[in-house]
Amino acid sequence: MTPGFVVRRIGFYVLVAVVLAFFAVPMLWLASAPFDARPGLGLRWPDWTWSNVTATFQHPFALTSLLNSLVLCGIATVVTTAFAALAAYSLSRVRIPGRDLLLYLLLLLSSVVTGTAAMVPIFVLMLQLGLINSQFGTALVIASGMLPAAIFILKDFVDAVPRSYEESARVFGASPAQVLGHVVLPIARPGIATILVWSFVNAWGNFLLPFLLLRDVGKQPAAVLLRTLNDEGGSANLTVIPVFSLLYSIPVVALYLLVSKRYGFRFHGGIKS
Amino acid sequence: MAGIEITGVSTVYPNGVRAVDDLDLTIADGELFALLGPSGCGKTTLLRTIAGLEPAAAGSVAIDARDVTRLEPGARGVAMVFQDYALFPHMTVAENIAYPLRVRHVAKSRQREVAAQTAGSLSLGELLDRRPGQLSGGQQQRAALARAIAAGAEVLLLDEPLSNLDARLRLEARTFLKRLQHELALTTVFVTHDQAEALALADRIAVMDSGRIRQLGTPREVFQRPADTFVANFIGSTPMNLLPGKASDGAVSVAGARLPVEVDLVDGTPLVVGVRPEYLKVSGAGLSGRVSIVENLGVTSLVTIECADGTLVGLTVPEQEEPAVGEALSVSAAPGRLLLYGEDGRLLGSR
Amino acid sequence: MRAADSDVAGLGATRAIAFVAPALLLIGVFLVFPALWTLYIGITNYQLTGPAAAQPRVVGLDNFVSALNDALFLNSVGLTALFVFGSAVIGQNVLGFVLAWLLRRVRPSLRRTVEAFVLLAWILPGPVVAYLWFAVLSRDGGTFGLLLNDPATAWLVEYPMVSLIVFNIWRGTAFSMLLYTSALAAVPPTQLETARLVGASGWQTVRDVVFPHIRGHVLTNTLLISLWTANDFTPFLLTAGGPNHRSEVLPVLIYRQALESGQLGYASAMSLLLLVGNLVIALVYLRLLRRRA
Repeated sequence: MTPGFVVRRIGFYVLVAVVLAFFAVPMLWLASAPFDARPGLGLRWPDWTWSNVTATFQHPFALTSLLNSLVLCGIATVVTTAFAALAAYSLSRVRIPGRDLLLYLLLLLSSVVTGTAAMVPIFVLMLQLGLINSQFGTALVIASGMLPAAIFILKDFVDAVPRSYEESARVFGASPAQVLGHVVLPIARPGIATILVWSFVNAWGNFLLPFLLLRDVGKQPAAVLLRTLNDEGGSANLTVIPVFSLLYSIPVVALYLLVSKRYGFRFHGGIKS
Repeated sequence: MAGIEITGVSTVYPNGVRAVDDLDLTIADGELFALLGPSGCGKTTLLRTIAGLEPAAAGSVAIDARDVTRLEPGARGVAMVFQDYALFPHMTVAENIAYPLRVRHVAKSRQREVAAQTAGSLSLGELLDRRPGQLSGGQQQRAALARAIAAGAEVLLLDEPLSNLDARLRLEARTFLKRLQHELALTTVFVTHDQAEALALADRIAVMDSGRIRQLGTPREVFQRPADTFVANFIGSTPMNLLPGKASDGAVSVAGARLPVEVDLVDGTPLVVGVRPEYLKVSGAGLSGRVSIVENLGVTSLVTIECADGTLVGLTVPEQEEPAVGEALSVSAAPGRLLLYGEDGRLLGSR
Repeated sequence: MRAADSDVAGLGATRAIAFVAPALLLIGVFLVFPALWTLYIGITNYQLTGPAAAQPRVVGLDNFVSALNDALFLNSVGLTALFVFGSAVIGQNVLGFVLAWLLRRVRPSLRRTVEAFVLLAWILPGPVVAYLWFAVLSRDGGTFGLLLNDPATAWLVEYPMVSLIVFNIWRGTAFSMLLYTSALAAVPPTQLETARLVGASGWQTVRDVVFPHIRGHVLTNTLLISLWTANDFTPFLLTAGGPNHRSEVLPVLIYRQALESGQLGYASAMSLLLLVGNLVIALVYLRLLRRRA
């Protein structure tokens, strides 16, 4: 081992350590502050306690907002997955006139019309439809924003399924419904699971649309309540915010662990946007 | 009697290519029939048209004297094994084999019974609860065959049934397939690009090119008397000698030699003389030249001789008679093995 | 290519269209229509409250003209460009590549640990990570101040744009890292070995062997992360545009104009610029995809 080599090795590990610290330090607070008897903004070894958790459960809106998040994301996820699956299958297997143009426009839309760029017309539209404060309406808006990308990811999956499966089933006399139920759906299950997780994670973290469209605090999801808690200021909320942030993050992290364990963290174009 | 009657069938791709072009073909009941040709010749498309997976743009397909041209694939009474087998990965072998019955809502117990019975006769009995992913290539192929047989159809269609197996397994599977077809006596049509496979398996062969049939006949006919130079080129494991020549004084002159065969053609008419390397032997007279290459084929050797005018002629010799490179040789054909093709490539006759 | 490519499953055109219809309906109502409507609202004096709320009037290009003369708007465009360039084009791109390159050959356990944290930063909900960084950078007790032994500085107030840029690098590097990891896996190992055999240094290897292979990925990655960064609303949660408009990127400005000042028409005109920017990036991106296909 030459001295140059040793210096390079040390430099290498220092670099990795710095990067690791950069990414890890902000997150560690999420593990310590919820259980600290005197939670502060800075990172420190906690005086262990459960009292913050109790306080959070007693907060008038904390649990409601998590429930709201579940309802909102549940609807958005189911709508996105069901509609995208139907559309992707049809677009993959049937040559509808104008299909290629449609696919091109969908791909374009999925990146151009973001919630941010279209927030004004979306707000006005929902205002005029009387859907401000409607969780269902908001879920539909969130779903439609995710649909183009979801259709694309799923169409990739379906395209990779050999056509001979369906042809084989047809030769043995299966009707279109049987082909779908016996063959296509079971084989496309990993793709559908991916979209379920993808759309849930995306909807779960969406702040802008519910912030814009749900003005009633009793209907707001966790994403919006967290900001409200922070905006109110005051030290009282430092008992609630850490626990609440943790509770709000758990579903996403759990899903991530589940996906990376079952399928490996595969990479689909713009899987998260 | 489940014969297949194909009349004037054309299958056209969306881009206008006529994959099958105004084709007539009759396949007899119980026959093991091969569709043979290079890739892109339309053989698979023809098979898929029989199955109903490709719509026929013109003509009609009849199975068992019943016009099925407009029927769905499932209503035609055919079963098919796909090149990639298309075994459903989420179903066990038993579920795969019984799938044709499940589609028809046959009772579960009966499904299981048929699956066990069919699997048993294809020595898959131990594997009923495995998934396709846990089977070897040969087992997958047999499972796909079992599923097709369990469908109880009268016509069996096989798309390149042996192409996904490795070389040694392919020979075993070939023998197995021939015996199975013989026992079941199902009308069977298979597609292959491997001429040796077609020759070994089939009762009759249709050699296809550009959506049409070039030659229809038994393996012996197709091997011994190719109807044109395309078929002559395509059939045979060693390439047939196709030597340019012309008629002169009622005989044929080729590669600087005069072959003592009688032709009834105007002097100077261009001809192609075809002869298989296996049918040439060393003799005192005939085509002469020097040995330029010797290739060992196992029991025989393929010897290429170069004639004075540069024409290359191949012949096979038994391994113990292998000549040295550079040696001068004369070769002549066994009687009746010399084929004469006209300028258009069509067979004029044999001598 | 097969004739039956038109319909493998025997679905039939009617059913096929029925399958696509629900998705297209939602996309049409909540995506296409709003995008087009932006054009119309942008040429009116529509307001959230007051007389112009009930009876908006078409004012032609007035909104666009005033936007181009509005110092706040120009400031915001500049800040957005800085944000995109600093955090995405340079920050996430470079850090993502460096991570992918460095982690190639370290112990699997170390690689998985680093990757897990980088990915976690990406998948945690936006409001949570915004709060985490608010805590790190705040005055009197924030971790960053404690580390530098400088608890009196309110980093988000003193250096708002730098804070946002660092935050967004932290937040989004995972995507670039994943993309470059898969791109690097596709570089033929024999070419890397050839470079080692002729004695090329690490930098020479990257420049002469790796870069030519991943050039397309670099471009794709840059376009996508730029687009996402330009449309990111999370800065609102960290600084809300302040102090005194010093971190007011375009998404934040649009929100404040539309919902806080109620100038819906004017905000729409500004959104149009964002839409056009997105469209340009998306068109270039699709062109690249098509050329590669």
